[in-house]
Amino acid sequence: MRENLHRFFRAARGVGVHVSPAESIDAMRAVAQVGISDRAVLRDALLLTLAKSQDEKLALGDCFDLFFSRPEPRQDQPETSNDGASQDADQSPSSSSASEPGEGPAPEGLGPLAQMLLSQDRNAIAAAIASASGTASLSDIRYSTQRGIFSSRILDAIGLQRLRDDLDRLTATDPALAERLRAALDALREAVRDTVSQGLALYAREEAENLRNEILRNAPLARIERRQVAEMRALIRQIARRLRERYSKPRKRQRRGHLDVRRTLRRNAAWGGVPFLTAWKRKHRDRPKIVALCDVSGSVAQVSDFFLLLIHSLHEVVDDVRSFAFSSHLIEVSDILETKSPEEAMAEIMSKVGFGSSDYGSSLVDFEKDFMSALTPRTTVIMLGDARSNNLDPRADILRRISERSKRLVWLNPEGRLAWGFGDSEMPRYATFCTVVRQCATAQQLERAVSDIVATYQ
Amino acid sequence: MADQKASTSIEAVESGLAAQGYIASRQIATAVYLSQQIEKPILVEGPAGVGKTELAKAIAAWRGMKMIRLQCYEGLDEAKALYEWKYAKQLLYTQILKDKLGEVLGGAQTLHAALDQLHDFGDVFFSKEFVEPRPLLQALEQPGGCVLLIDEIDKSDAEFESLLLEILSDFQVTIPELGTVSAITPPTVILTSNSERDLGDALKRRCLHLHIGFPEQRLEERIVESRVPGISQALRRQMVGFIHEIRSLDLKKLPSVSETIDWARVLVLLQASELDTDIVKDTLNVLLKYEADIEAASPQVTTFIAKAARSNVFG
Repeated sequence: MRENLHRFFRAARGVGVHVSPAESIDAMRAVAQVGISDRAVLRDALLLTLAKSQDEKLALGDCFDLFFSRPEPRQDQPETSNDGASQDADQSPSSSSASEPGEGPAPEGLGPLAQMLLSQDRNAIAAAIASASGTASLSDIRYSTQRGIFSSRILDAIGLQRLRDDLDRLTATDPALAERLRAALDALREAVRDTVSQGLALYAREEAENLRNEILRNAPLARIERRQVAEMRALIRQIARRLRERYSKPRKRQRRGHLDVRRTLRRNAAWGGVPFLTAWKRKHRDRPKIVALCDVSGSVAQVSDFFLLLIHSLHEVVDDVRSFAFSSHLIEVSDILETKSPEEAMAEIMSKVGFGSSDYGSSLVDFEKDFMSALTPRTTVIMLGDARSNNLDPRADILRRISERSKRLVWLNPEGRLAWGFGDSEMPRYATFCTVVRQCATAQQLERAVSDIVATYQ
Repeated sequence: MADQKASTSIEAVESGLAAQGYIASRQIATAVYLSQQIEKPILVEGPAGVGKTELAKAIAAWRGMKMIRLQCYEGLDEAKALYEWKYAKQLLYTQILKDKLGEVLGGAQTLHAALDQLHDFGDVFFSKEFVEPRPLLQALEQPGGCVLLIDEIDKSDAEFESLLLEILSDFQVTIPELGTVSAITPPTVILTSNSERDLGDALKRRCLHLHIGFPEQRLEERIVESRVPGISQALRRQMVGFIHEIRSLDLKKLPSVSETIDWARVLVLLQASELDTDIVKDTLNVLLKYEADIEAASPQVTTFIAKAARSNVFG
């Protein structure tokens, strides 16, 4: 059973539940208390000790059901605490020869596997497969391409070589029996293949997901295929959640510290300056202020989706964010992002200003006209866009004024550095006024950029 | 109340809690049983009003133990949760003992000798007598064990969590002047959280994680039966069915078990024999706590009553 539990822990890690050694010890102790006879109670006990959130509980519950869904007859096993699988394997030859059915005694000199297959002892076969997959360390399986190698390893461990020899000999001496054995072997192969598939589902999920996410994180946002968009959104949301978790912890205000003499005296003036009430100096809090301007024109349509999603999450992390979207003109979208769900908000913003041809000059004019007052010397301005202004006047002078009024001006450009300045790109002209210019083409770069921006406020 | 019933099995937990009027699902009973067996705290999460705090009370009543409650809030610190020195008492004693000071220091010839004697004197003032135990320390000092309820841990600061770690894993606290105080009998610790903020992994790791959601219909009927005995079976089924329909709506605050019980009491008080549109609309404010929610739910009332009645026939 201990062996089984260890494999279950590994499967649990596979579905994203973090099982530390301490937790696995706790789980073992819990299982020792409740026993393994009642599956529902066992499930509850493992869920209680291993899962640490509602999401993890759901994932772990599914994992449990999959893991223990093997048609292994568990009841008739002796419930000893040391590993049941190998014990079974030891028992199986004797038990199978004992329970040999009467339909024609198998010839002497056959290997244990052949005897087992001929006797059709399902329990023994299942146990043998389980033990062989332990020997072949099936729980190390990671990719679907490894299916073949693991199947053959399991078959080797179960004693396929001996069976082949037996089969060859029987074909000469007893063709009918050989035919039966061959059919049984096919069934065995089938069973092993199923076992491997299940193992893949159990142990390899994490690895496959990590690999896929890794590829996705480094894929250029602009060239994401349609079928990957949903996954990408999920990934961005994950990034946003991580940012939120990292930075949204309320910073502790300084409660005690130095006495603020001036405020104390003022507060106690009524008592003739006798300090009944004390006032303490507080640490000055740098209130994060962010103004985000997002290009949603046709040229960056693919990317702006993700930009907006990330700005949406910024609204949740930082108190004071104002966001604007523009293509040929500029509107404020803070309210939309704050009140609506990401999907609704994005659809609404796109219907209002999206997909036009971009005109940075007139958008900047719009901004200067109405929203220049939003900038203070503590504001960080984030520009998200490719700076392709269709050869219209870029009005870099406005950007200079924006830069002068704010603390920092960060430009995130989805295009590579090589493309800057070619065609209608005004990036070099704008770049002179920016504190930082970063390429921001993949999810990973996006995460780093935003993380850096938020981190400066912590 | 000294007889400590040993929880021998999960069923015993279930029936024991039921005797105190707390109808526990099997998950809850398993958690309580396990926490007793492997001496781990239980972290209970779930929406407001599903009986998280009630669980601690029921355990205390069932085991006949004292319940010590620590309500968490922002700014809670160790002086309020763990222990505090009785400054006033220390001050008072110093004043009274002032005269004795001469005698204490009388024999000393040199400054060094006087200091040595003063050191012994100082230790007297930082002894157990002058410690004011707060809930956490009190819980450790109960000779017969107790149920320690740390309520709404998510409301406290992240720093406070770290303070709890020592208590939760080893049932002990360290007071610098006195040394380590270990629990005489390890208390049963229940932490509750409304998931307002994510708790730290270190804290979660030390606990059994129990999520109490809205109960299933049958279970909720049993809860109502145990809490409001005066209600007829037909009405009980109908109202619980109705509440389950309400929970399928997208509301700001879904009605939870405590609202169900309140509503059952109201219905009994109004001597209703069955649900009808008028009585539900009149008493909807018992179930729903926001004006917007009531507005969203009221047009559906008639259909929900019909649905609840239908499920009654088949259920």
